[in-house]
Amino acid sequence: MSKKMDIVELLHENSRLTDKQISVITGLSEDEVKDIVKSLEEEKVILKYSTLVNWEKTEKEVVRALIDVRVTPQQGQGFNAIAERIGQYDEVKSVSLISGGYDLSVEVEGKTMKEIAIFVAERLAPIDGVLSTTTHFILKRYKQDGVFFTDGPEDKRLVVTP
Amino acid sequence: MSNKYISDVVKNIPPSGIRKFFDLVTNSRDIISLGVGEPDFVTPWTVRKEAIDVLDRGATTYTSNLGLLELREAVSFFLKNHYGLNYDPENEIMITVGASEAIDLALRCLINDGDEVLVPVPSYVSYSPCIELTRGVPVYVPTYEENNFIITPDDLKSKITSKTKALILPYPNNPTGAIMKKEDLEAIKGIIIEHDLIVISDEIYSELTYDGKHVSIASLPDMKERTIVLNGFSKAFAMTGWRLGYIAAEHSFIEAMNKIHQYTTICAPIMAQYAGIKAIYECEDDIEKMRKTYDQRRRLIVNSFREIGFDCFEPKGAFYIFPSIKKTGLSSQEFCERLLKEEKIAVVPGDAFGPGGDGFIRVSYAYSIDKIMKALERIESFAKRVL
Repeated sequence: MSKKMDIVELLHENSRLTDKQISVITGLSEDEVKDIVKSLEEEKVILKYSTLVNWEKTEKEVVRALIDVRVTPQQGQGFNAIAERIGQYDEVKSVSLISGGYDLSVEVEGKTMKEIAIFVAERLAPIDGVLSTTTHFILKRYKQDGVFFTDGPEDKRLVVTP
Repeated sequence: MSNKYISDVVKNIPPSGIRKFFDLVTNSRDIISLGVGEPDFVTPWTVRKEAIDVLDRGATTYTSNLGLLELREAVSFFLKNHYGLNYDPENEIMITVGASEAIDLALRCLINDGDEVLVPVPSYVSYSPCIELTRGVPVYVPTYEENNFIITPDDLKSKITSKTKALILPYPNNPTGAIMKKEDLEAIKGIIIEHDLIVISDEIYSELTYDGKHVSIASLPDMKERTIVLNGFSKAFAMTGWRLGYIAAEHSFIEAMNKIHQYTTICAPIMAQYAGIKAIYECEDDIEKMRKTYDQRRRLIVNSFREIGFDCFEPKGAFYIFPSIKKTGLSSQEFCERLLKEEKIAVVPGDAFGPGGDGFIRVSYAYSIDKIMKALERIESFAKRVL
């Protein structure tokens, strides 16, 4: 695997790694790391450096829902135009085209279930081309982006071994 | 019950330095341990699935004492493919219950009362006790950081007597992470042959070698017949709990070791043996992925220890660093106990690995980068007080 991919993977795992740390880990010079990261940003391989937060442990009230959306693809545009339109709402955290019984999977965030219900009923469902929506509220997250929200599997090794 | 019934040889074996420290750590709460000598990966799923399937198929019997022929063929293929070694699966390879049994068998098949066995130190904690259990005499060969913790010809010569029978060659090394390159092995080969020594080459970390391939001393001309190669699945395939190891040696050695093995152990567990076949033929990518991950951590942790202010030898194998703590003026034990009490970090005192280990600590990097970085923050704050 290329050094470029190594850097993508390292930053995906921990975006707080400094250029210096990445240079030590990969054996590249700091300047090389800087250049590669810059080109990854320019190529839009790296889109954003963010933090995975367990909101349940904060005072912020957050409710998330996954919405299955069936749509009519548009002439010459397929699903892209409608997916981008849905994506323009601040409440929408992700939009993906998926295989199976419906077309788009939309993740929505709100303060309360009612707020999400209103968003779906008043803004998402009426969009031209949206045929149906099915809302699934996320009740508890166990794992996201490879990270356990619960304690996860514990290290079963003894604390000190020869 | 009085211990008057216990044999003298067992009574005289000192308790392991690791055991002592383990007791201390076990009684502490919320610690981050960098003291583990085993991979943090789970055995690849393909291997686990194979064990489940063979159990499902009812494979619950003994195997031949030497182990399943298919596994010995796989091991023969692996040794040839990875290290250029040629061993006949029919009579030059045997499967053991981990490399630990392999160490015991190799020593027991060679040692008569009073025979001396050379043990480079610092090294794995089991060699000396196992030698003593055979009523042999361990003779330490100190290795030094300035020589990259390897045995030099002079060190070796200085310890050979008329009673010397064997040399243990533990490379890549636990705890130092040192490796012996081909030229290092060639430099001691002549002395080994001249004094008619047998080499017990413990190569359990052979797949965890960075910046180049592992070289087995058995691959050098004239060395196969006087080398007993010990290896296993624990480190390379993250299979510590499966207890699966193997020995590759000339037929006469295998025959002798099998004599002991058939009376004491019979065979390694059959489901582990089948899993081992799968591991060899289908897990090359997993080995590579794990090695790469260890390598990344190795670079980070060595660099960080140096930045914190410790002198740190750069390991080329295994998954440990062995930094010097001499600057602090503390003994290894004091350093580790204080680090545990003050910062809740567990590392292993260097003196647990034999003479010459004092003044060093063993730090395992068989942990995620996140965990290593958290531990390093605490080690740095401790270092500010003791350096």
